[in-house]
Amino acid sequence: MSAPSRSDKADLIELEADVLVIGGGMAAGWAATAAARAGAAVVLVDKGFMGTSGVTATGGPNHWWVPPAPGRREAAVEERHARSFGLAERDWMMRIIETTWRTLPELAPYYPFAPDGSGGTYYSGLRGPEYMRGLRRFASDLGVRILDHFPALELLVHRDGSVAGAAGYARLQRRPWAARAGAVIIATGGCAFRSGLIGSDPNTGDGYLMAAEAGAELSGMEFSTAYSLSPAWNSTRTLPYPAARFFDAAGAELDIPPPMWGEPHLKALGAAMLAGPVYADLSDAPDLLKRILSRIQPASPTPFERRGIDLFAERFEVKLYGEGTIRGTGGLRIAGPGCETTVDGLFAAGDAATRELIAGATSGGGAQNSAWALTSGLDAGAAAAARTRRLGHRTAEPAVAAGRAALRPKAAARDVDRAAILADVQREMLAYDRVLWRSEESLRAAETALGDCWRALSDHTAAQGLDRVAARETAAMLATARWCTAAARARRESRGMHMRTDLPMPDPAAAYRLLTGGSDEPWTRYETAAARPTELAA
Amino acid sequence: MIAEIFADLCTGCGDCVSACPTHVLDFGTDGLPVVARIDQCQTCFMCELYCPSDAIYVAPDQRHAETVDPAAIRASGVLGSLRRGYGWDRADDRDILADFWRLGPLLREGAEIAARRYQTRRGAAAAEPQDNNPSM
Repeated sequence: MSAPSRSDKADLIELEADVLVIGGGMAAGWAATAAARAGAAVVLVDKGFMGTSGVTATGGPNHWWVPPAPGRREAAVEERHARSFGLAERDWMMRIIETTWRTLPELAPYYPFAPDGSGGTYYSGLRGPEYMRGLRRFASDLGVRILDHFPALELLVHRDGSVAGAAGYARLQRRPWAARAGAVIIATGGCAFRSGLIGSDPNTGDGYLMAAEAGAELSGMEFSTAYSLSPAWNSTRTLPYPAARFFDAAGAELDIPPPMWGEPHLKALGAAMLAGPVYADLSDAPDLLKRILSRIQPASPTPFERRGIDLFAERFEVKLYGEGTIRGTGGLRIAGPGCETTVDGLFAAGDAATRELIAGATSGGGAQNSAWALTSGLDAGAAAAARTRRLGHRTAEPAVAAGRAALRPKAAARDVDRAAILADVQREMLAYDRVLWRSEESLRAAETALGDCWRALSDHTAAQGLDRVAARETAAMLATARWCTAAARARRESRGMHMRTDLPMPDPAAAYRLLTGGSDEPWTRYETAAARPTELAA
Repeated sequence: MIAEIFADLCTGCGDCVSACPTHVLDFGTDGLPVVARIDQCQTCFMCELYCPSDAIYVAPDQRHAETVDPAAIRASGVLGSLRRGYGWDRADDRDILADFWRLGPLLREGAEIAARRYQTRRGAAAAEPQDNNPSM
């Protein structure tokens, strides 16, 4: 709660907005457009550049796309609900299908939609760089003020605990910033723990940490075990690889069940990679793919061409890149129909929010997650704008900074080895043996190791200037790892992507979402049926 | 990782400094971009895509920095190849995504090839289990 120092104060960039959006990916973009259309003055701050930041910009997301023909949407929802292991909500699923269907065509002035091969327009899948470039232009035209390289470091809160804005550091200008706003939307993406997954380096869980320090709750953090396959030396999109055959270093073909099988495929690859290097052979890939891959995803063949590897003819080493809570489903708990968090004035959208409402305990994959990012963004944007209309900015009231870890240490500052801490986080959150074969024993060991890291980092780090950005990223990845571990230990069963060797079956009594939170001491508790957001909506 | 910025091609527009999502670049004293934090490069190729004068080359290994021969890179014609691949060099972008709808069907076809191959190899023993966690 300390005041900024005098020199910081002189340098401070002060901002004011009806709605402040933190993040610059798909969810942030849609949130900003919705708030602006509702008449709000919107400021969007992104750690990087809105257009290239995050996992959409480097990808090509498909969206859950079901035409409104009689019975089709109901069938799609039932099919997917069955794979949610009881944790998804049918009305949320139905809503994201409808909103996505209605909304994507509105991007036409900003995105070159092309034919779908059967006489219509292909709306459901968008190529990442063009999608994010278009969303940026759309938001700009609606009057959204976009501030790139403006990482947020912490939230500001009123005396009553409601959110008053955020503060951060403008890294190109090398100046601190503070923004007061009537409402704040966290759209900072998921956390992949710097696994190297394409586009995910900025996704370090910053939004989870700043929200949790202001009192927000998280949900589903145990569902954080997803991986995707790529060359060992460069993470690309996965389009080239589904037909791959796999070989060990001696050239013997490995017995890997096909990708459609899900868990057995992933575990067989993980086990093989724990034993030694694994090589992929793409000679079985569809002939058409071999001819036109570069026209669909120019960035996928590029690393192979530059390394002198014939992608579809030569074998190359592959590995699994951890997706953490990006393709996992955990995130900030959604407490209401406008994507409210449990903190007044704070909203969450996209991968920063839990996707259990539409995917439950298994990954929604790109299509469901994209539809969620779009819809939760729109919902949060509209609800945040409405809240500010109702309550105003409250800028006359004092606000205090809620950030703790790596900003305001409890004890004397000293050198903390952040690289060693990140290595510990990555071991617990990315190593195949820890993640795909969880047990009480391994989770307890992780809890202890990560708790020790937390005390070292949080109690003794007082980063300054630009280094505050990197210090907070490490703190956020560590905090996220602790919530994932606490939730995985508390969920004493296996359910969907949460797989425990000591408790291999689902427990019917545990068919509830599991909440976590707290920064110094993570807590967990099951959500009760009475507190579900659909009930709040009624 | 980003390996070379060709000073004679660079116009100093600063687009790459802005577009880099991980803050690898700074402006140098001469106004041209410099690689200031190579350890933060995630090899996403976005600086190349956003460079309007094709002055940047990103090397393919994301694990460590690579040293390249600038003359060989220049002579190879690779500069700007990514931007041309995306069609961002065209004045009219209406046709750049003509084949994009094939992405989903090609993903599925690849997965079906793998499933059929496994079935053939394993015979009846290869019954598909409950699909809890599709990785696709």
